[in-house]
Amino acid sequence: MTEMTVDQMTFEQAIKELEAVVGKLERGDVALDDSIALYERGALLKKRCEDELKRAEEKVAKITLGADGQPSGTVPLDD
Amino acid sequence: MDLFEDAPSPSNAPEFTVSEISGAVKRSIEGEFGHVRVRGELGRISRPSSGHIYLDLKDDRSVLSGVIWKGRASQLATRPEEGMEVIATGKLTTFPGQSKYQMIIDDIAPAGAGALMAMLEKRKAALAAEGLFDTSRKRPLPYLPEIIGVVTSPSGAVIRDILHRLRDRFPRKVLVWPVAVQGAACAPQVAAAIHGFNALTPGGAIPRPDLIIVARGGGSIEDLWGFNEEIVVRAAAASNIPLISAVGHETDTTLIDFASDKRAPTPTAAAELAVPVRMELAALIDGQDARLTRAITQGLIQRGQRLRDLSRALPKPESLLQQARQRLDVAGERLPTALRAATQRKKLHLAEVTGTLKPGLLRRGLQADAQRLTNLGTRLDPALRRTLSDRRRDLSQQAGRLRLTTLREDLSRRVDRLSDLIRRLTDRAGRDVADRRTRLTALDRLRVTLGYPQTLQRGFAVVRGDGKVVTTTQAANAATTLDIEFADGHLTVGGKPRRPKDTPPDQGSLF
Repeated sequence: MTEMTVDQMTFEQAIKELEAVVGKLERGDVALDDSIALYERGALLKKRCEDELKRAEEKVAKITLGADGQPSGTVPLDD
Repeated sequence: MDLFEDAPSPSNAPEFTVSEISGAVKRSIEGEFGHVRVRGELGRISRPSSGHIYLDLKDDRSVLSGVIWKGRASQLATRPEEGMEVIATGKLTTFPGQSKYQMIIDDIAPAGAGALMAMLEKRKAALAAEGLFDTSRKRPLPYLPEIIGVVTSPSGAVIRDILHRLRDRFPRKVLVWPVAVQGAACAPQVAAAIHGFNALTPGGAIPRPDLIIVARGGGSIEDLWGFNEEIVVRAAAASNIPLISAVGHETDTTLIDFASDKRAPTPTAAAELAVPVRMELAALIDGQDARLTRAITQGLIQRGQRLRDLSRALPKPESLLQQARQRLDVAGERLPTALRAATQRKKLHLAEVTGTLKPGLLRRGLQADAQRLTNLGTRLDPALRRTLSDRRRDLSQQAGRLRLTTLREDLSRRVDRLSDLIRRLTDRAGRDVADRRTRLTALDRLRVTLGYPQTLQRGFAVVRGDGKVVTTTQAANAATTLDIEFADGHLTVGGKPRRPKDTPPDQGSLF
């Protein structure tokens, strides 16, 4: 299992590990202590996923280009 | 002379110099063909270092030389290639120095869709051969990109479609890099935008997108042509950021589609490929959460149940002890009686054994042994005496047979025989000696009678010469001295003198 801290995970990493944790717990062949640790990690992962979903903000910007054709900044895109 | 007089008769046609006529032709051609479009196949093309392009336009019968000046050559949308069917636009002019005419070409374009497609196929094959379209180069798209970079026109239906669909599914940050999506500027701008997004640093002033969408709406093949250009294809292939191409409608395929990591049939479809649906994800997470809770609860319930089951199956401690206690009691009760019974049994056995053990029994045994001993002792003495007398009788029998008289008789018999033998030996020996002496005397007498000395008595003599008996006169003459033997002695007859050394000097004194 990835021992990366949950806060650093992308949504995909978090949901993949959450699925793995759930699968392990459901098989029921883990020791009691381990299953509690798994449950706690599962709760953390779930929170991470939910947070990532909450961060679903829309922000649209347009790149402005300088005289040399290099990006110089962004401006909101008037939709 | 006649030769000159025979020259053709002068006409009223004006005379030109070469330059005059060349200039007239130039003016005439340039005036007549100041702007022409010529369709033909491109023949030999040369690109000297000057930057101008020299080429031939041809069809099945004729060839037209052409030149594209350096300034125009760099702006061409289509790179002229040999064999390409083109329409060249420009003007005709002459080159008086070589009596030639040629076309100054301003623009050159593939002639018709067939020619464009042929060119496209050729380019596609070349880029594929380089490996730019290999599936091993394809990167997986991020599951949920943070920032999406869109390369497209900022004003148009395409960006609105993409933003709309993104909002429906999962609102994200979007950076639009404005480009021309058709015309000559399209390809370089799109390529620059792809490179530009890749050049951004993550977390910089302008954040770097983790997904790029290159999008354009539908149009003619000419409209979409910029996305077939080599620089665009190469930029898409080189992009480190995963790239979705969405150019034209579903039926349109441009070369960028082969180099991109994923091809979307439309811009809207690109947005769908880019992000998952937020609500579905939320449902997925809820589902996982429910399963997580159920699994841990179930695990605890099962363990509790198992604990209860096991503890029910566990027997009570009292019940474990009771049976043992009962066995102990029974054994305890039986112990004293058992001990008593065992003692009794042993005592009885002892009594049985000691009952038979009495002194009389022992004495009887001793008496029997003493009797046997006495019997044997009394038999011992007579037996010894009998044996001794037997031996003595044997000895006297042997001694009786050994008598002295017999020995003496035998001895005298042997003495008699010995003396008889001695007598016989002496007799015989005496007789033998006498016989032999008689025979010897007789023989000697015979010897004396027959010997020559007796003959000497009768007057005969023996003559010897030099020690040997001489029987002839010849021998007598030869001898140095003669010795004559008579019955009473010898006489030497001198003859020749002896040599002194042969004869010792004292011998002569004998005479």
